[in-house]
Amino acid sequence: MQDTANLIRLLTAIAAIVLGSGGIIALFYGANWLVNGLPYGLRSRVLPWVYMTPALAVLAAFLILPTIRTLIISFMDRRSEAFVGLDNYIFAVTNSAMLIAFRNNLLWLVLVTSISVSLGLVIAVLVDRVPYEPLAKALIFLPMAISFVGASVIWRFVYAYQPPGFEQIGLLNAIVVALGFEPVGWLVNRTVNNFALIVIMIWLQTGFAMVLLSSAVKGIPQDVIEAARIDGANEFQIFWRITIPMINSTIVVVSTTIIVLVLKVFDIVFVMTGGNLDTDVIASRMIKEMFNFRNFGRGSAIAVILLLAVIPVMVANIRRFQQQEVNR
Amino acid sequence: MSSVSKKRPAQARTRLDRLETLLTTAPVHVVVIAIALLWTLPTAGLLISSFRQPDALLTSGWWSVFVPPFDPAQFHLGNYMNVLTRQGMGQAFLNSLIITIPATVMPIAIATFAAYALAWMQFPGRQLLFVVIVGLLVVPLQMTLIPVLRAYNSLGLSGTFLGVWLAHTGYGMPLGIYLLRNYIGTLPRDLIEAAAVDGASHLKIFTRIVVPLSTPAIASFAVFQFLWVWNDLLVALVYLGGNQNVAPVTLVLRNLVGDRGQDWHLLTAGAFISMVVPLVVFLGLQRYFVRGLLAGSVKG
Repeated sequence: MQDTANLIRLLTAIAAIVLGSGGIIALFYGANWLVNGLPYGLRSRVLPWVYMTPALAVLAAFLILPTIRTLIISFMDRRSEAFVGLDNYIFAVTNSAMLIAFRNNLLWLVLVTSISVSLGLVIAVLVDRVPYEPLAKALIFLPMAISFVGASVIWRFVYAYQPPGFEQIGLLNAIVVALGFEPVGWLVNRTVNNFALIVIMIWLQTGFAMVLLSSAVKGIPQDVIEAARIDGANEFQIFWRITIPMINSTIVVVSTTIIVLVLKVFDIVFVMTGGNLDTDVIASRMIKEMFNFRNFGRGSAIAVILLLAVIPVMVANIRRFQQQEVNR
Repeated sequence: MSSVSKKRPAQARTRLDRLETLLTTAPVHVVVIAIALLWTLPTAGLLISSFRQPDALLTSGWWSVFVPPFDPAQFHLGNYMNVLTRQGMGQAFLNSLIITIPATVMPIAIATFAAYALAWMQFPGRQLLFVVIVGLLVVPLQMTLIPVLRAYNSLGLSGTFLGVWLAHTGYGMPLGIYLLRNYIGTLPRDLIEAAAVDGASHLKIFTRIVVPLSTPAIASFAVFQFLWVWNDLLVALVYLGGNQNVAPVTLVLRNLVGDRGQDWHLLTAGAFISMVVPLVVFLGLQRYFVRGLLAGSVKG
């Protein structure tokens, strides 16, 4: 009985996968076949739009229209029935829980970005000089494949707390106790819990920074470094005066990518503490307003604040892209 | 004679050099090995713990398995059996596959066609469209959740696989088009024009020339999208809601943390089940993943 149920599940799964994946490809072939019936001149004008339309449709349905809609909802009440002017925004920047979320997000942004980028850079430079470079890099890079939820469980285990006198099963508290201190409730102690969460993100993102910076470091022409060495520069001077200026643009790209990611951090806080004990961030407040309090106006206003924060990055990306097109 | 006398000091110098390099590189080795170990330890602890007996897990740290006498009998697969069958992780694993595979194939197909049109077809508004897509790269998902959820509720799409597939297709589209258009745009013009002169239709050029030549870029995007969808919690949480029958591994693992937060034998095994597919994909296709990172580390 159990076996047939499982078999049916498995077959449903395969059918769903085939239908979902095959359907989209059939769609393109079907549309192309229809367009082939048109006269040549018309066909060459219609065909680009046949190729573009599915993409434009999902972009419009899932990104462009919802973004506009959220902007409008952010000026309306909890059920989007009446306009309330700037009330939701005033709430978002004056409410004490929101202010804590802003403070925490700032802490996340500064610490995660600065530590993962600088650590990634140091590792990228050092790992270049050891023969087991691929292995070391793979180990540090590996957390990139792990979901935020998985990483949260991994670190909950590292932070596990048992009362004093009991055997500590969390790695960190075992070390603390072995050094002769009292065990610390890393996730409940308000002075350390935010930092405990931030460490997880640093653990996840350092590998990313390292990989990008490492390929930039390898791109520095060897003769520049040789010339500096002949002129008597030591390794630290080479690092500060040559390596960093030469990979500056990569440092900027890596930093902005991490900033955009950290700005929207949600999963780690949601899984580890649920945002309790002063650990909320902007994105987790947004989900709370939306799901727990059912206040779509406030939730939307908080989302708009996130959007405003990434607009400089958006403008920079577009500028960078236009530069590329000119250089093409 | 003279060559020998020259050789000796040279040899001495290399030996001295070698000692000197060893001394100067020793701190480098120490730092690199220390960081690599530090980065691996949390995951290693989880993996080892997932094979330990439930009560042993709660009374001693995972590092105690290294204390002699070494007893292989302390390891078992019971935690995995329990979490797969009784905690719903088996069904969740299947759900994750059902969600992830189409949610990877669909955006690849749509984005590749669009990227080809943007790179090699003439139509008005082409440049503007691409600029808009570049801008959309960093739009926070949070901006779209409420309107899409409302639309899904009225269309009956919330809690369905189709709803999640479409949502992931939309959210992955800007990165896909960006990566693929940049790659397809650099294919040799002669090749594509020659095929067009020979009378090949756009579909033929696309399937016979562009797609085969773009496999590395398509693979990069595929790895990205696969990892992103498999590891996603937010989209599943919002659009699948409380429907446990369709919940992916991330959602079930999260609920496990909430309901059985101290049952480490379940959490460690569950976490590892949720991680195994992305780890295999990542280790197998790391090359493509890194290439994708280098080409477009701008996604929002």
